[in-house]
Amino acid sequence: MSSNGDTLDSKIPAGPVADKWTNFKDKAKLINPANKRKFSVIVVGSGLAGGSAAATLSELGYQVKCFCYQDSPRRAHSIAAQGGINGAKNYQNDGDSVHRLFYDTIKGGDFRSREANVHRLAECSVNIIDQCVAQGVPFAREYGGLLANRSFGGAQVSRTFYARGQTGQQLLIGCYQALEKEIDSGGVEMFTRTEMLDLVLVNDHAKGIIVRDLKTGEISRHAADAVILATGGYGNVFYLSTNAMGCNVMASFRACKRGAYMANPCYTQIHPTCIPVSGDYQSKLTLMSESLRNDGRIWVPKTKEDAAAIREGKKTAVDIAEDDRDYYLERKYPSFGNLAPRDISSRSAKEACDEGRGVSTTGLGVFLDFSDAIERLGEDTIRARYGNLFQMYEKISGENPYQVPMKIYPAVHYTMGGLWVDYNLMSNLKGLHVLGEANFSDHGANRLGASALMQGLADGYFVIPATLPVYLAEETPGTITTDMPEFDAAEKDVTDRIEKLMNIKGSRSVDSFHRELGLLVWDKCGMERTEEGLKEALEKIPAIRKAFWEDVRIPGTADGLNMELEKAGRVADFIDFAEVMCHDALDREESCGGHFRAEHQFDDGEAKRHDDEFTYVSAWEHAGAGEKPILHKEMLEFESVELSVRSYK
Amino acid sequence: MNFTLKVWRQPNPSAEGKIEVYEAKDIPSEASFLEMLDIVNTDIIDSGSDPIHFDHDCREGICGMCSLTINGVPHGKENAVTTCQLHMRKFRDGDTIFIEPFRAMAFPIVKDLVVDRSSFDRIIASGGYISVRTGSAVDANAIPIAKPDADDAFDAAACIGCGACVAACKNASAMLFVGAKAAHLNHLPQGQPEKDSRTLAMVRTMDAEGFGNCTNQYECEAVCPKTISADVIAKLNRDYAVAAVKEAVS
Ligand SMILES: Cc1cc2nc3c(=O)[nH]c(=O)nc-3n(C[C@H](O)[C@H](O)[C@H](O)COP(=O)(O)OP(=O)(O)OC[C@H]3O[C@@H](n4cnc5c(N)ncnc54)[C@H](O)[C@@H]3O)c2cc1C
Ligand code: FES
Repeated sequence: MSSNGDTLDSKIPAGPVADKWTNFKDKAKLINPANKRKFSVIVVGSGLAGGSAAATLSELGYQVKCFCYQDSPRRAHSIAAQGGINGAKNYQNDGDSVHRLFYDTIKGGDFRSREANVHRLAECSVNIIDQCVAQGVPFAREYGGLLANRSFGGAQVSRTFYARGQTGQQLLIGCYQALEKEIDSGGVEMFTRTEMLDLVLVNDHAKGIIVRDLKTGEISRHAADAVILATGGYGNVFYLSTNAMGCNVMASFRACKRGAYMANPCYTQIHPTCIPVSGDYQSKLTLMSESLRNDGRIWVPKTKEDAAAIREGKKTAVDIAEDDRDYYLERKYPSFGNLAPRDISSRSAKEACDEGRGVSTTGLGVFLDFSDAIERLGEDTIRARYGNLFQMYEKISGENPYQVPMKIYPAVHYTMGGLWVDYNLMSNLKGLHVLGEANFSDHGANRLGASALMQGLADGYFVIPATLPVYLAEETPGTITTDMPEFDAAEKDVTDRIEKLMNIKGSRSVDSFHRELGLLVWDKCGMERTEEGLKEALEKIPAIRKAFWEDVRIPGTADGLNMELEKAGRVADFIDFAEVMCHDALDREESCGGHFRAEHQFDDGEAKRHDDEFTYVSAWEHAGAGEKPILHKEMLEFESVELSVRSYK
Repeated sequence: MNFTLKVWRQPNPSAEGKIEVYEAKDIPSEASFLEMLDIVNTDIIDSGSDPIHFDHDCREGICGMCSLTINGVPHGKENAVTTCQLHMRKFRDGDTIFIEPFRAMAFPIVKDLVVDRSSFDRIIASGGYISVRTGSAVDANAIPIAKPDADDAFDAAACIGCGACVAACKNASAMLFVGAKAAHLNHLPQGQPEKDSRTLAMVRTMDAEGFGNCTNQYECEAVCPKTISADVIAKLNRDYAVAAVKEAVS
């Protein structure tokens, strides 16, 4: 058992890591088909994780209610994933295997993830590809009609399946169609434009939610035998990120306030290939798929003078001679070069720019150059591989990347942290299950490319259908009704909060608070963290909270569509959540993956882990706004991999 | 840059709407269309009024959430982009810009520029899928698909379900949307078993939802941000004819 005994029992099955999932399935409790119909399940979220779970649970016979805030389940943020999804099929015969995918993911996560979960993920990866193809997902194919693959950041084998630059869209449409089919058959009741505002506990078990119909403002209660959250990541705590505008932490944080532990919130991923920020009117950042790094070469001028000349428009990339360019990833990481993992690539870009060698007007940008690839492969090949990405870049930046190198800079992209779950994907709150990006479970301190889609679908299609019965088998179906006093109390909390927000009638817009918070956490808890900076952030956040609750202005009323009210609820939770994130970053006195503490590095600037002290998951219990949350630990035990310094040299 | 905006405002579904005028001042040319509206909304909020409501989420042209009919054209005049990908540098300083919702009987207005497109979901629910129980799939490479067929299916699958095709059509027909789904699924080997039932169900649901008939104007193709070709409509008509005959005979 990999838990420290006090409260966190991760419920890892017995046996060697490669056999655990099989052992689990062999012995797992089942619920007989006639009984399944009596159990109801709430699924919040219709992305890859929630959509696949809702569809599959309905197929199995459960009564499912599914919720999303968009106007259609097809628009969940999973739709935006570009690059691809991993699957250990070894169709390319290049030495891939379930074990290798498992190992790469553990190593990529900087040895801060739970072995048993990651192995299960690698095992499920194979079935996901089969399932999606059967649904009609149009993955890229070779001329012989078989599936194509490519390699992706941090891997030396080609195991990534892709659908042009729209992998997330195509996977989500497959999943959405399966979900719609179940909606039509009556197995799933779908609630769109509906936001979960609180979790309801009955006898300490998660048994319901309180939601607001975003169109009418109506508040309603929903009861079920179990609750599943698949509400995505919290990257928008930084205000600017590659996430969709509506992505938020509300559902997770509401659960946290009801007692669920938030695990490793400081593990956030900054993606190396995004279009640089250009001005403060900007509402979001755009990711360029890192598949671009397969053929693009990243560089900055060797000297500050050349970089300044480029920024001022006196020179362009072609004016810099080959010898005066620093292809810094190729130089520092000869064996992975431009394909080094995301955290490493991002930090290297920051380093180069901090040295004054940035090339975009703000100084925060590096070149991603395709001229060699175009010369070697021809423009047509590059167009076939990346056409839509080049087009997107041109639309946003107004520059033609076939002729001039792209400029890129890291941006917030993914959050490895999330609600703590055990092997069954159940949180410490009984009955509450958490899937996809919203949980913390599989990516440790850094996620490898093409593995979030894999995790979302593994969780929804294959894991939760097998693990949910562990909980349900102990429950009597249908005993929960929305007229219980717990629902009265939770609904009152929700309506009180809305009333409080509406009555502030202050002078500042919600966005102004969000931007202020985002700049602060980006600065102090972004790519590089220090004790001093984190302490400063922890001093400043309470002031932002205070100002928010005194001075935010929400026009209109609460009884109809009111997008400012929606944003206000989300920003209020981001403010409280940011505190937990900074506490976690401060507590973790080491550098690992996406968490880089400047005090903990090797002489060459590489991240320095402290395995003897920090080989654990930090799971934080909410102790009230402004109070330091309480730390619970899940010790990580590695049985089949040896902890090593993660080297990509 | 400065613009005059003439915007459709309607507080709720049953209220009467009207055009209101706003001045958009000092807009950076790099701003996107929605960022321009954000700036205008900040001013509206500062003045204590209700901001202009519009749908959006990903802001990178893929989720299909943003809409807006801009100067009479869904997603604006530029080719192959969604509203969120439109940049102000494509407009002239001083322009007057008309902004209206996607209009169609099957897309009732919720508020201002926000419409209800759930009729699209109901069309998909009626048959726009391949039934495959989770876990029952064969190995992914067991079904080779010739690259041209896979590419054709892909071109149709690129639809983001935004509804611009319906808003552009004078009959408010959803044939491009339904045709795209049929062309995606009906021509893949996996999609064969349900081809006829899928086609019939989707077309009938489309009619029942109040979408109009297609009279081959092809405005839909012209505004589609994903450049889905009107060929999918011809294919749908063929698939429908075959399925209807088979149904009549059996
Ligand atoms: C630009 C971009 C590109 C990416 N590319 C890749 C890639 O190539 N490969 C890869 O593996 N990963 C990629 N990722 C990561 C990956 O897309 C996500 O991690 C993953 O899709 C998350 O899926 P999910 O189902 O957990 O959450 P989401 O898809 O974010 O879904 C969240 C759902 O929860 C709902 N929701 C949230 N809060 C509430 C609430 N309070 N009430 C009701 N509903 C709520 C939303 O409506 C939505 O339906 C990318 C991410 C981004 C931002
Ligand atoms: S906001 Fe997603 S397509 Fe425009």
